[in-house]
Amino acid sequence: MRKLALSDEILLTVEKPARYIGGEVNMQVKNLDEIDIRFCMCFPDVYEIGMSHLGIQILYDILNRRNDTYCERVYSPWVDLDQIMREKNIPLFALESQDPVKNFDFLGITLQYEMCYTNILQILELSQIPIYAKDRTEEDPIVIGGGPCTYNPEPIADFFDIFYIGEGEVAYNELLDIYKQCKKEGKTRKEYLEQVAQVRGIYVPAFYDVKYKEDNTIESFVKNNPLVPDKVKKQVDMDLSESFYPTKPLVPFIKATQDRVVLEIQRGCIRGCRFCQAGMIYRPNRERSLEYLKKCAYEMLRSTGHEEISLSSLSSSDYSQLQELVYFLIEEFGSKGVNISLPSLRIDAFALDVMSKVQDIKKSSITFAPEAGSQRLRDVINKGLTEEVILEGAGKAFQSGWNRVKLYFMMGLPTETFEDIEGIATLSEKIARKYYELPKDQRNGKVNIVTSTSFFVPKPFTPFQWSRMDTSEEYLEKQKYLREKINEQRNRKSIKFNWHEAELSVLEGVFARGDRRISKVIYDAYKLGCLYDSWSEHFKYDLWMQAFQMNGIDIAFYNSRERSEEEIFPWDFIDTGVTKRFLYNEYKRAKSEKVTPNCRQNCMGCGAKLFGGGVCFEEDFGQTMMEVSHEG
Amino acid sequence: MKVRIKFQKYGAMKFIGHLDVMRYFQKAFRRANVDNEYSKGFSPHQIMSFAAPLGVGLTSDAEYLDASLLSCEAPEVMIEKINGVLTEGFRVIDFRILKEPEVNQKIIHAMALVSSADYLVSLKDGYSISETIQSQEDFIKAFEGFMKQAEIIITKKTKKSEQAVDIKPMISLVAFSQEDYQDKLSKVLHETVKVPDYFEKNPESKADLYDNGIKVFLQVDTGSVANLKPELVMEAFFEYLGLAYQPFAFQVHRLELYTRLDGKILPLDLYSDIQYS
Repeated sequence: MRKLALSDEILLTVEKPARYIGGEVNMQVKNLDEIDIRFCMCFPDVYEIGMSHLGIQILYDILNRRNDTYCERVYSPWVDLDQIMREKNIPLFALESQDPVKNFDFLGITLQYEMCYTNILQILELSQIPIYAKDRTEEDPIVIGGGPCTYNPEPIADFFDIFYIGEGEVAYNELLDIYKQCKKEGKTRKEYLEQVAQVRGIYVPAFYDVKYKEDNTIESFVKNNPLVPDKVKKQVDMDLSESFYPTKPLVPFIKATQDRVVLEIQRGCIRGCRFCQAGMIYRPNRERSLEYLKKCAYEMLRSTGHEEISLSSLSSSDYSQLQELVYFLIEEFGSKGVNISLPSLRIDAFALDVMSKVQDIKKSSITFAPEAGSQRLRDVINKGLTEEVILEGAGKAFQSGWNRVKLYFMMGLPTETFEDIEGIATLSEKIARKYYELPKDQRNGKVNIVTSTSFFVPKPFTPFQWSRMDTSEEYLEKQKYLREKINEQRNRKSIKFNWHEAELSVLEGVFARGDRRISKVIYDAYKLGCLYDSWSEHFKYDLWMQAFQMNGIDIAFYNSRERSEEEIFPWDFIDTGVTKRFLYNEYKRAKSEKVTPNCRQNCMGCGAKLFGGGVCFEEDFGQTMMEVSHEG
Repeated sequence: MKVRIKFQKYGAMKFIGHLDVMRYFQKAFRRANVDNEYSKGFSPHQIMSFAAPLGVGLTSDAEYLDASLLSCEAPEVMIEKINGVLTEGFRVIDFRILKEPEVNQKIIHAMALVSSADYLVSLKDGYSISETIQSQEDFIKAFEGFMKQAEIIITKKTKKSEQAVDIKPMISLVAFSQEDYQDKLSKVLHETVKVPDYFEKNPESKADLYDNGIKVFLQVDTGSVANLKPELVMEAFFEYLGLAYQPFAFQVHRLELYTRLDGKILPLDLYSDIQYS
């Protein structure tokens, strides 16, 4: 029987012991005597969140396909166990073998959102691995980071030996092959890092030096080791149509956030919304083939026993064979008690038909993400959704029996005025009125509108990377203003207003566009007691402010400053394929309220074509040009 | 058709709570391609019910679940099929198709049937009851003294009030060895159960064994009429000894669930055979 790292007494004391015992359905079991490389994959958040992440499942599958490698998993211990592990000096362990992480060759950490940064330090410290990369020895695992936050890894650069920039499918094998070779030849940690830094997509922060100007902006970012490249090129899997897909994903015992089969139908997005980092860094848009997806759906439902399947992509309505796929899923699995969960679709006749088949209209709602309240501002952010389309979609949905609408907006977008904000209130009102245009006998009770706003955070590799971000005071003022405007509407009682905390967004802004000097702030905040910052009940803003003060770091420098065209950004050494020139041009177009067509309508020469595939080389390029480009 | 499935739950699975076990079996049935009947509506779910949910931390040789199937194969085929998709810590050991009741009669679900349960309570290694109780002999002496009391009063706490209850009548069997247990059990089992067969055909127990050898077999009232947790018995035992209770010192393992018939008890899996005969 498997031995557990924690005693019964501990496991019966902590909340949800199933987080720490492993043994899940489809867990990989390997004989350690036949293994050369031990890899521990980490999602630095609680188990139920980490287990829901598709990327880890893909990498877990890829790495375990190698006979010489055993990939295991670790997640952040929840605060209750964290305290016990510190008191009893228990080293953090991997779920599969229950062995200490510090005995592994690699610790791979996926970086999905900035607010997990203190959790990374927790993982390192509980694993008894030195927090700073410079303090690690030959005995310590190589700590490697991957995922969207590596597109500006600088704020956490000091904690990592390696960052992998790009899609994991591509270079991991090379990384491990070199490691095995180095181990065989008795090479040192430094020699390995030097060698691996020459692999495309690999960034070893220790081999680069940053110099700052007196005004705190970057003077230079240069390598200090002749063997490594000047620029790190993002790696993309260009053969996505039938590439690696984990057909036997892990199934946790406790309910994870995603308790369902997730089918990734495409990667990248053709839209080019100017605030969206994913839409830029995952270019070019690449689709998986319909037949392959059908096969995956079968196998995954069979191997997991999940009762729900959902589609994953940045903009599902743009998947060219969406209708075929969705109708296939409904016909094939709907009768077998499998729920089909739909991603946010553009609300049109197809979407309403599908939704009426798979959801209870009385209980479900329709969702629009206009992101901005006025057409002017939607043009600025290149969100091609018009008021006309929203009202038409809502009208159709009301006719079909829906009476609940969810609306998502951002506040603090570049060039935003109070008029734009008022637009959020008036658009919500117009939707409510649309409902009451229906004859009384066709209505289904009262209309219910939920208007949610989040605060805009400028991200690297987007046209808004130069943009100033609002301060939390400005945010709060705007929020208050919107509250007042909503209260002035005739149907105010039908409109529920939700908003995000401003303070969290401020920090997110600093981490998103920060430089290496932020590492120390993160370290100090962690030592002061910050952990699980993305959980509002654990977020300690005052401690963060204390950490910034201790280091003499001014938040306004990172957030509240319009950057000049010439400024060297901390992330400029990364080549995502999309050029800085294209992004700046987009920024200028944004300011002059010019809409940019999507990839299928007209190529704008962003640079991603050099990857040699995807939407850039679709044959029927011209024919789809006329398609309406609005999405909900 | 209704089926009754008996399974074991052991090892690390003792940390999985009842609701998650239900979800686990729903997914397992789908993986094994079992032809479950689903409820109607937009979020259909498999029709099933469990008998006497086991608490977190306990292991068991006798968990029961009743399910509605649209079709099924021979029990041994079904057992193999389901075990083929289960992970370590769960194992199906019996599968029975429940007899169709007469007209106007309803199938009684396992849940509603339970009247008592057998447990093996063992001291985990690394724990000690007291300085004077170091061996099974010491333990037997102390526990027999505990059971000789005219009444065993405990305070049962509910949300609203505290209530003094005599739990002694709720303990129907106490034994200190496997032989002793079997012997005593044979006297209370229903006459339709051939006792030697019953023990022989029972698969290997998944109870954890400990080197210290201190253990007690208990039969206690279980179910909706009267319910006594074996942990409460141990707590009362500690109180009798004048010691502070150690909640993690014992491993509690369920051996069987029973229903009452003609003043005797009958394991739940055997009940279905005679239920409507």
